[in-house]
Amino acid sequence: MLETMFARPQGLFDQLDAMQRLLSRSLGVEGSPGTIRSVAQGAFPEINVGRTAKSLEVFVFAPGLEASSIDVVVERNVLKVSGSRSSAIPRNDNNVQLYANERPEGKFVRAVSLPDDADTARVEAKYKDGILRVSVGLVEPAQPKRIAVK
Amino acid sequence: MSDRNEIANKATAESSAGSNASGSANARPVAPAVDIFEDAAGITLLADMPGVSRDSLDVRLDGDALAVEGRVELQLPEDMRAVWAEVQAPRFRRVFTLSRELDPARIEANLKDGVLQLRIPKHAQAQARRIEVRAG
Repeated sequence: MLETMFARPQGLFDQLDAMQRLLSRSLGVEGSPGTIRSVAQGAFPEINVGRTAKSLEVFVFAPGLEASSIDVVVERNVLKVSGSRSSAIPRNDNNVQLYANERPEGKFVRAVSLPDDADTARVEAKYKDGILRVSVGLVEPAQPKRIAVK
Repeated sequence: MSDRNEIANKATAESSAGSNASGSANARPVAPAVDIFEDAAGITLLADMPGVSRDSLDVRLDGDALAVEGRVELQLPEDMRAVWAEVQAPRFRRVFTLSRELDPARIEANLKDGVLQLRIPKHAQAQARRIEVRAG
């Protein structure tokens, strides 16, 4: 079965989480997110996470950055991505009229808590077309071991 | 099947297999966030389109409607499953209406690191001219 990273995960708890967010948003209740690091929709940069048998793939949608200016840190099983985005709008020019300013600018930081089987020694990060992809290796699941009874 | 997979293809396969009723191939495209500003010579538009490459970008002019469209392209491992998805549509699309003083024939497009920059110059005769006052 193929599943894309864009499909909403179908787990029951994810759905509950999504419902709770939706409810809290429509009721105007702030500060009751499902998980501690979840943020309101529209935060910059947006993050998608996928999992394969061997790795956790974190996709950070952060266009318009220099690869060298992105900080990727793993500390105590938390992956932290931070950086800063400057604006191309010439603000000091009086002859420039600004019509839309939707693109987030300035400093950002986002964190993803990693699963227990994450191997924090095997982390790779690549930046292409405005997407930072962080691959975190997963530890092979321990094989059940039969102990001979003497 | 090669390692390279376009999300759109995967999503199509997924929805045709009926494994996910809310298949993302048909998900409504997301409007990219934009900055738009105007100077004496024209208008500059910046659009955030992460994951869109030159090949999957489409800037089209139909009459006075300027449509910006792009497909997010990623190499995804075959066996990957989603555990968290804030970006839920693999497509961007937004349409802008141009006014008459702009010259669509001279639009310049530049895509870098997922940011599209469009420069839409004004017609020469539409540009404000400063008339020099001569002494004498």
